[in-house]
Amino acid sequence: MAEIPRAVLIVVLVLMACVVDAVVFDPLNLPGAPPNLLLLVVAALALVLGPVGGAVTGFFAGLAADVLPPADHLIGRYALVFCLAGYLVGLLHYEARDSVVLALVAVAAAAAVATLLYGALGGVLSDGRVGAQTVVRSLPFSIAYDVLLAPFVVPWVMSLARRAEPKVTRK
Amino acid sequence: MLVLLLLTAFTLITLDYRAQGGGVFGAARRTASSIFGPVERLAADVVRPVRHGIQAVGSIGSNHKKVNDLQRQISALQQQARQQPFDAQRVKELDQLLHVSAVGQYKLLPAQVIAVSATDGFEWTATIDAGAKDGLKPNMTVLNGDGLVGRMKTVGSSTSTVLLAIDPQFNVGVRLPSGQMGVVSGHGRAPMTLLLLDPVARVKAGDGLVTQGSQNQTPFVWGVPVGSVTSATVPLSGDVQSGSVKPYVDFSSLDLVGVVVEPPRTDPRGALLQPPVPTVTATATATATATVTVAPTFSASSSVSPSGTARTSSSRTPTAKPTVKPTVSPTPKPTITPSTSPSPTPTTSGSP
Repeated sequence: MAEIPRAVLIVVLVLMACVVDAVVFDPLNLPGAPPNLLLLVVAALALVLGPVGGAVTGFFAGLAADVLPPADHLIGRYALVFCLAGYLVGLLHYEARDSVVLALVAVAAAAAVATLLYGALGGVLSDGRVGAQTVVRSLPFSIAYDVLLAPFVVPWVMSLARRAEPKVTRK
Repeated sequence: MLVLLLLTAFTLITLDYRAQGGGVFGAARRTASSIFGPVERLAADVVRPVRHGIQAVGSIGSNHKKVNDLQRQISALQQQARQQPFDAQRVKELDQLLHVSAVGQYKLLPAQVIAVSATDGFEWTATIDAGAKDGLKPNMTVLNGDGLVGRMKTVGSSTSTVLLAIDPQFNVGVRLPSGQMGVVSGHGRAPMTLLLLDPVARVKAGDGLVTQGSQNQTPFVWGVPVGSVTSATVPLSGDVQSGSVKPYVDFSSLDLVGVVVEPPRTDPRGALLQPPVPTVTATATATATATVTVAPTFSASSSVSPSGTARTSSSRTPTAKPTVKPTVSPTPKPTITPSTSPSPTPTTSGSP
């Protein structure tokens, strides 16, 4: 029962991130690759929730990204990628509790894992869109944009997620 | 837990791969589109000024030049507007003479781009604010004032997804000025590529390409400008030639697009290319030349280029008709007929 408001918060955050990604960041057409706000939200939540919570959040966030327009790839692809990214970032949740630098490193690692894994899946599924070259070319850009954006997103999401729980336990 | 979720994801991928966009997954996508389309639409309306602001910061330098260009265009257009009534009359007369009033007239449904794909730059799709309610169906051609934008993919009730022409999964049959055929494919940020079909066909930098038109005009109607050839390989004899293509459409600033709900009755051929490619039948040629010489104001009517050049080109192989056609035409209320031809965006082609 205590988890419900937090679950609602997570759902709202994830959907907001999807919409902002599609409506704000991707149309900007920045050189290299667009920043991925959803990944930042997943990473921040994983830093609070730990590996299992991170994996579950990542799975459903990825599923949302797979289904919401204008997505046009196989459903489940981002679910897999974000699930793993959420799990890996969640492993660091004790260490990253007090260290901003470690949180940023975790975000950078998550961005790298997401891009590489998405690309690798493209290879497995023989997706003509994703070649090794395009992945390598966009990788530094995704990491750079995500790390730049992280200080504005991650602490905010983390504090929201932390605050959501005690409110309920007090009731 | 992790393993379970990963397995689920794999299962979903496999099932969707098998279903090929149909079945439960297609339905899920359409439902998501119906529910989240309006949300994205609202969000797009809210953030559009901000987005334009951010985009403007990146282009402060070029804005000054743009203002000058636009001012020059305005004065040219004002001049044209004053001639408009006279030209309209001329056009009507020519139409009756030539019996080609359908050339280049697509029935369009205008739509606004509200979101662009969120897949780390691998996938080039866009959401537009029109859907099944507006009579849209998958595999319709999408274009804007500059040329081909893409084709309809998933159609929700009030929003739908467009596969953009620069998506790596996008291929379109095109026709060269010589009448030969080729295939243009998207490559994301890299230039589009052209592959000719006939080993003896040749193409050179600066050639404009228009869509060939698919069977039953689905997914591509004919005669939509695609792009201009920027470079071409020198193939060994017996090999097909390939080249790279710069699309006419600027995909970094997509805004208003049109979905072709009714194709033109006759093939407009190259009529909508920016420097009009002369492709008029012999009978039309004679008539057009005659009229142009009688009425000297005519040739300046719709192209921004100085009337002198238009005149010289028309005396060689007269194409007065395609230049004028799309601007002045009766427009049915709910749909618009675009003025694709006189779009004054300067296409930098290799040849002067």
